[in-house]
Amino acid sequence: MPLLEIEALHVEIEGKKIINGLDLTINPLEVHALMGPNGSGKSTLSYAIMGHPRYKVTGGDIRFNGASILHMPVDERARLGIFLGFQYPMEVSGVSVENFLRTAAEAKERKDVPILAFHRALLKRAEAMSIPQSFLDRYLNEGFSGGEKKRNEVLQMAVLVPKLAVLDEIDSGLDIDALRLVAEGVNRLIHEDRLSLLLITHYQRVLEYIEPGFVHIMVGGRIVKSGGYELAQQLDKMGYEWVREA
Amino acid sequence: MTDPAEGIIDKPADSRYVFRARKGLNEEIIREISGQKKEPGWMLEKRLESYRIFLGKPVPTWGPDLSRLDFDEIIFYIRPEDYKAMRWEDVPEDIKKTYDALGIPETEKKYLAGLVAQYESEAVYTNLKKAWDSKGVIFTDMDSAVREHPELVKEYFMTKCVPATDNKFSALHGAVWSGGSFVYVPKGVKVEIPLQTYFRMNTRSFGQFEHTLIIVEPGAEVHYIEGCTAPRYSVSSLHSAVVEIFVKDGARARYTTIQNWSTDVYNLNTKRALVYENGIMEWVGGSLGSGVTMLYPASLLVGKGARAEHLNIAFAGKGQNKDTGAKVILMAPDTSASITAKSISKDGGRSVYRGLVKITGNATGARAHVECQSLMLDDRSSVDTIPIIEQFTPQSSVGHEATVGRIDEEQLFYLMSRGVSRDDAVALIVRGFIEPVAKELPMGYAVELNRLIQLEMKGA
Ligand SMILES: Nc1ncnc2c1ncn2[C@@H]1O[C@H](COP(=O)(O)OP(=O)(O)OP(=O)(O)O)[C@@H](O)[C@H]1O
Ligand SMILES: [Mg+2]
Repeated sequence: MPLLEIEALHVEIEGKKIINGLDLTINPLEVHALMGPNGSGKSTLSYAIMGHPRYKVTGGDIRFNGASILHMPVDERARLGIFLGFQYPMEVSGVSVENFLRTAAEAKERKDVPILAFHRALLKRAEAMSIPQSFLDRYLNEGFSGGEKKRNEVLQMAVLVPKLAVLDEIDSGLDIDALRLVAEGVNRLIHEDRLSLLLITHYQRVLEYIEPGFVHIMVGGRIVKSGGYELAQQLDKMGYEWVREA
Repeated sequence: MTDPAEGIIDKPADSRYVFRARKGLNEEIIREISGQKKEPGWMLEKRLESYRIFLGKPVPTWGPDLSRLDFDEIIFYIRPEDYKAMRWEDVPEDIKKTYDALGIPETEKKYLAGLVAQYESEAVYTNLKKAWDSKGVIFTDMDSAVREHPELVKEYFMTKCVPATDNKFSALHGAVWSGGSFVYVPKGVKVEIPLQTYFRMNTRSFGQFEHTLIIVEPGAEVHYIEGCTAPRYSVSSLHSAVVEIFVKDGARARYTTIQNWSTDVYNLNTKRALVYENGIMEWVGGSLGSGVTMLYPASLLVGKGARAEHLNIAFAGKGQNKDTGAKVILMAPDTSASITAKSISKDGGRSVYRGLVKITGNATGARAHVECQSLMLDDRSSVDTIPIIEQFTPQSSVGHEATVGRIDEEQLFYLMSRGVSRDDAVALIVRGFIEPVAKELPMGYAVELNRLIQLEMKGA
């Protein structure tokens, strides 16, 4: 059974049609890359999958493990095992990374998580990504650099261990070393925790580290071309013009 | 003769009062209070004079509506069983129960070993840590201080800091005050462990008028903490405390309080510090509960380089009117003040920040900054900011920022996208909002503040 099935999806925001009949199927253990010009609707798709209340699904369906999730609020979808790594993570003042993650872990486990055990496990995850301990006491994304925010997204994913992650431009703003660390973190989840992935990116570089089985190109709210890894290489050389023309 | 109030005061069944005053106020009652306390004549004189001032002053009308406050319906004095406990084992069961209900953690009970607790209108027990004694630190209940340290009390009690003439409620307080704490820290002594007091109010229509007097001599330091909680009653009650703090040259005082009166209580206080040269005064407060709260801790910066920091969080829920703020008068060169006022309103609650920053003509180089942050959890609630700034020298600076926010839907979405329920996400954001205050509180209090706010959020 496919893990995620998107069928003839239509999405509007504030009365504006953004996604116009999009189909996408992700099977367990698959890595899909989604590319496309600015404003083509990639982030909108990620919000629709996660269930952002302002992004209205006006047609089609999104199924997870065979069942429609359209009626579910965002937190329920998360607890099913869907994770969204935000293009622009929100800052939440006064809430430390660690406290938040423990609250999230408790929501997922549906029980209290022992503070000390959680702290140790979190430290291990953080260390693996060269995230210093002090980072965990800081307020969620407040004053984080662009790259730190992205690393924090992947750390959250590593703690919550989802079944499907949609990572929206997780590579933007990362320096070369950070990109490698983040990619290693993602790969570990793919190999050890059977993570499936929808990776939204503009650059082929991240795909050298996290190799996709499928590459899709989105233009004007629809997937206009799908292929293998070579499609990303082609885009890198030629830009989007040839796809638009096609 | 039977007391007409007797029949009504039946709820706190396990409280053991040996004396119960009637409702309303007259000279005779004041004499009784003073007599019960075996006070010296000068204190009785002070009470009677305050009473005359009280009669001559109108109820203030510039703030929240106090028209339903009926002085004839208030009980002004109750005395608990006349004993003082020195050990934890001696603390009455019902007080322990209150602590348990508050969820005070075991670690904090250690602190309690050294506290002055006020049960009803008098301190039930006093247990001052020996270490403080040896340094000459006095931490006792106010009634004992009148008897044991008359010279200090005569000099500082409602004289130059909060005189009875200050306002209607300070005058009333001067007439009927009872209990509270007295703290004296000698020159250069730094008291490392905070001094803590719990107050509790337990009888209907019963005004509580505790007086706190804190004297910090030059170069000394102290952190004083008080918190209170009360069972709920339906008849209006009055709480009108006075706090006077003297921060001498180069001294430092921090006054921390969490108040959680039942919602039928009028909580009308006068809290003021006189800060001398290079002294530092810090006010940290959490104001929950009460029907009407009027609370504007004041710092009078009278010495060069004196500094005041005010940090307060107010929660206004259903039927609550939180009129809180700060008053800082910068009266000497190079004085400085920073005021951070946060409020949360919910279910039609009303929070008002009312603040005065005044820089007098000779306060050259004075600096003040005011920051008001309000969080409104729904459309029925309201928020107001009334900052008054009076600047009488151009060689000074005052900054003011005010923000009124709602729970940000994008923040909610972000938090919920990690599987956290909507309620828990809102609670996280609210906790984050109060965090700058909570992190200034001792551990146990921070936990308690968070717990109380979460309870309020649930409308409990
Ligand atoms: N809240 C909104 N209000 C109005 N228009 C919106 C809103 N969110 C997105 N849009 C519009 O929807 C279109 C698609 O936006 P989206 O963010 O999904 O693009 P994207 O493919 O992720 O672009 P990028 O590569 O720049 O991240 C854009 O034209 C954008 O302006
Ligand atoms: Mg985008």
